Amino acid sequence: MQRIGVFVCWCGSNIAGTVDVKAVAEALKSEPGVVYSTDYQYMCSQAGQDLIVQAVKDNNLTGLVICSCSPRMHEATFRKTAATAGLNPYMVEIANIREQCSWVHKEMPIGTEKAIILGKAAVAKVNLNTPLTPGESPVTKRALVIGGGIAGIQTALDIADAGFPVDIVETKPTIGGKMAQLDKTFPTLDCAACILTPKMVDVAQHEKIRIFSYSEVAEVKGFVGNFDVTIKKKARFVDETKCTGCGDCVDKCPMKKNPNEFNMGMDNRPAIYIPFAQAVPKVATIDAGACTMLKKGKCGLCSKVCGAGAIDYTQKDEFISEKYGAIVVATGFNVISMDKFDEYAYNQSKDVITSLEFERLTNAAGPTAGKLLRPSDGKHPHKIVFVQCVGSRCENCAEKGKEYCSKICCMYTAKHAMLTRDKYPDTDVTVFYIDVRTPGKNFDEFYRRAVEEFGVKYVKGMVGKIVPEGEVLKVQASDLINNKQMHIDADLVVLAAAIEPDKSARPLATMLTASMDTNDFFTEAHPKLRPVESPTAGVFLSGACQGPKDIPETVSQAGAAASKVIGLLCKDKLLGNPCIAGSNELMCNGCSSCERVCPYGAITYLDKEFRMPDRTTKIRRVASVNPAVCQGCGACTVACPSGAMDLRGFANDQIMAEVDAICK
Amino acid sequence: MQVKEYKPLIVAFCCNWCSYAGADLAGNNRLNYPADVKIIRVPCSCRVNPMFILRAFQRGADGVILCGCHPGDCHYTSGNYYTRRRMAMLFSMLDYLGIERERTRVEWVSAAEGAKFAATMNEFVEAVSALGENKRLEDLRCKR
Amino acid sequence: MQKITREQLLDRAVALLSDGTVNSVLGWQKGEFDYDVTPHIFKSADELKEGFVWNDFCYANFSKYLVLKTDRIEGKLLVFLKPCDTYSFNQLLTEHRFDREKVYAIGVGCEGMVDVNKLKAAVDGISSIEATEEGLKVTTIYDDEPTVVAIENVLLERCVNCKSKKHVAYDELMGEEGEIIDSARFDEVAALEAMTADERFAFWQNELSKCIRCNACRDACPACTCENCVFNNPNSGVETKAPVTSFEEQMFHIIRAYHVAGRCTDCGECSRVCPQNIPLHLLNRKFIKDINECYGDYQAGEEVGMRAPLVDYTLEDLEPGEVLNRRGEDA
Repeated sequence: MQRIGVFVCWCGSNIAGTVDVKAVAEALKSEPGVVYSTDYQYMCSQAGQDLIVQAVKDNNLTGLVICSCSPRMHEATFRKTAATAGLNPYMVEIANIREQCSWVHKEMPIGTEKAIILGKAAVAKVNLNTPLTPGESPVTKRALVIGGGIAGIQTALDIADAGFPVDIVETKPTIGGKMAQLDKTFPTLDCAACILTPKMVDVAQHEKIRIFSYSEVAEVKGFVGNFDVTIKKKARFVDETKCTGCGDCVDKCPMKKNPNEFNMGMDNRPAIYIPFAQAVPKVATIDAGACTMLKKGKCGLCSKVCGAGAIDYTQKDEFISEKYGAIVVATGFNVISMDKFDEYAYNQSKDVITSLEFERLTNAAGPTAGKLLRPSDGKHPHKIVFVQCVGSRCENCAEKGKEYCSKICCMYTAKHAMLTRDKYPDTDVTVFYIDVRTPGKNFDEFYRRAVEEFGVKYVKGMVGKIVPEGEVLKVQASDLINNKQMHIDADLVVLAAAIEPDKSARPLATMLTASMDTNDFFTEAHPKLRPVESPTAGVFLSGACQGPKDIPETVSQAGAAASKVIGLLCKDKLLGNPCIAGSNELMCNGCSSCERVCPYGAITYLDKEFRMPDRTTKIRRVASVNPAVCQGCGACTVACPSGAMDLRGFANDQIMAEVDAICK
Repeated sequence: MQVKEYKPLIVAFCCNWCSYAGADLAGNNRLNYPADVKIIRVPCSCRVNPMFILRAFQRGADGVILCGCHPGDCHYTSGNYYTRRRMAMLFSMLDYLGIERERTRVEWVSAAEGAKFAATMNEFVEAVSALGENKRLEDLRCKR
Repeated sequence: MQKITREQLLDRAVALLSDGTVNSVLGWQKGEFDYDVTPHIFKSADELKEGFVWNDFCYANFSKYLVLKTDRIEGKLLVFLKPCDTYSFNQLLTEHRFDREKVYAIGVGCEGMVDVNKLKAAVDGISSIEATEEGLKVTTIYDDEPTVVAIENVLLERCVNCKSKKHVAYDELMGEEGEIIDSARFDEVAALEAMTADERFAFWQNELSKCIRCNACRDACPACTCENCVFNNPNSGVETKAPVTSFEEQMFHIIRAYHVAGRCTDCGECSRVCPQNIPLHLLNRKFIKDINECYGDYQAGEEVGMRAPLVDYTLEDLEPGEVLNRRGEDA
């Protein structure tokens, strides 16, 4: 049986004005478990707290009921008081007789009656309170960044600069991501490579950063502060420690006709290749599907020319296990497939290209060395049509496009149009749009310059059909403002294709038990207040894996994610919230209902052996809650039909007792 | 002889992060609502087990209202979405058994909506008062 | 009359026992009377030949037995499953309630099972029953001419409104595969919904007042497989054996149906076993109908691993008020 002390606060006249505090203290004296009851002017004052501490000592109290202001105001205060008095802080319950009683009711008898009932409910609850201690778990002071684009690079640099080791896992042979493929960046028109490649070098040279290129995350176990991750290093058949990146092997390789991914397949690369000159790590990789040595055992030229002796045809996939305290997802985006957009003739004509392909066409390191030439015949195009929102904002075409706005297309299209007019003033450039969205610093000014200074023609309306006819592309479109149909014979059409999360994101989310929205973008822990954290503790979000973003936004989010990671890794131990769920194994059915509603992936299942009444043993699947991950929402407790799952601090019997006390 | 005025008994379950804070804000702004409303604090609306609601009715509550964060704003990201389904199904069942619909309600009240909290409680108390005492759940089994 | 014969099933069971595929057989055993067929675990071919039956009275849904029996026996258990039983089978697998590896399931085609109460109401003093092409040939203790009762007239409610002749799980199928049926099983629920609140209240008051709280509905239900039911748990706050207040009946029936909402396959065992003939399936079906209408068609047990509607959500779900008032203010 508990020995409960009741402390009724006047809060000056805030409570005492409409609640007869003495009557409340008196009425609660006769409640079960209550051995002491008093009132005081300001319970939260030092004198009030001293009074509580003294009363605990004098009366050997085991639980406290404070009838005062909202627990959101002073629950923490009174928990500390309880701790001072030698009680477990969670043996305190607050009856909110100010915000939810004296301040909203005007008449003394009514206020007093309600305050007594609220006090009774708190007493009934405290009778069932049990001491709670927050769980502790250690923190592995190392971070994993999944994805080596600008988001991952920035996050890794920021974390490493704070002194924590970071590993980057990148599935491609080099880090750099999409930004490495870009020519110029809006709205400043500085060159993407000039600002990105120094950062890539910083990453390579940073003593706290390790790069696992051409690698994937194979398995994730554990929880915040204590992740166990298995990384699969795919065989690249080149010893990274020996390769100097000289490129002799690349020049000598006879298998030269393989689509070059880095140039969006617009030119070819050999079977052994370095994606681009500034690649990090600058190490060759053999495309096993294209290499005759690996396929048929014939050739071996690269091995012969390699002065460093780095070629190793026997290399196997390698699995590396490492522990991490925090994981940052920076898996980025891809351009959606244009296969289903027959109306734009993407698959029929080489001269219908996506904006990312256009980016490579205008890039000095691209397939045309920066000259804007038609992919089909290498001629200079004189009439270019840009089509915006291809697959974006597709409300009724979910099977081929996306419902959301891809956000970056308006700006890069303006950039492309402007740069084309700048370099090739004889070119006629028309942009078809639904809306031009320019909410960003200097964005609208940039767009207006494209129109006003560079003479880009913007037409509000969508392109209905593109038909390749001989050398030209017949573009049929509608001009909504002038309400007429337009026909343009274009030399080149550029589609601002929607962007979507990388395909690797979905299986990764499953491994991390991090939630995703219907578009496979990672969801944040709170859309406004915790935008760089995933609901899964210890998993953070950086860049376009969370939603479409341009480079400045990506970099700022990357920095924010890094600061959250640093905040976590700074701690030696993580203190959990003790008010968490727990499963009574004897009653658990192992049915998985609780696991399915848990927003944090805190519930796992174990096969446990139980002794049955007839002395046989039985192995049953039972739920187990990870205290470091559970946040204490209680969703699982209601999903559980047997009532095996309960929430500490808000237990079934406690809430029932409150209901009973109120309804008595 | 004075006839005692009928006072309904209302149990309100409020989530800690939005609705309980909304109720506190109603207090801060001194927005009155009937004292018949007694609030029970829960971490999230999804903590409310249908058994708690039935228990309240069993012990004499005339109305039960459940308040949580607006959909999309749940502190735990998805708790209130489960609440929405669970309560929709439970209340529909009570309705099917012939229990008055007005006795149960779910309302989303944010921490900033003190006025909405008070207005909701005023409305709810009025609606339940109009029905009078909750006898049907008690009587469902006893033929009179 | 069932298309598959007892001998076909028996031969197969004996063969599987003798070749060691299974160690025991969960089948139906003849009871005191022809109509009280009971589930039994047969351990040998001799035992099977002696007691195994397959007829129009094999209504018991075996799925639930697997939870209790599979880890009590050595080796594999052969189980016969009617189409409707297979849904419960899958649902229990979804909830990890038994080990699939320990079961060899034979899907058995079903022509509908007889409601013993309907038969007894049709013929008084039954002494023996024989299945014939024309129907059930019932002999009575009164020594008069045997009566032939058409099976359509005495089918169980769940068979009248059969939802599927298709098996959704089995290792081996005996008989032809059927189709999922677009049955009229929600008509009764819809009729109740169309009543006024007062009428519904009167209907349920009449029905629920019959409850004797024997727990048969819970004990037969293949979804109610909790290790420890909340109604048996003194710490749950709702433990009730002998009801103290009438309300506890309410609580029991609402919570029982709520706990299986989204998991109930509508197998109809609750209503079949109710000694007071309370149409309990109308509570379960109300949840199924609501779920179908509000969250999209969902048949529990259709596939293993499906996510039950009450442990799922969409951002666009209806508000509870909208669900309540979707047919107008008060229908």
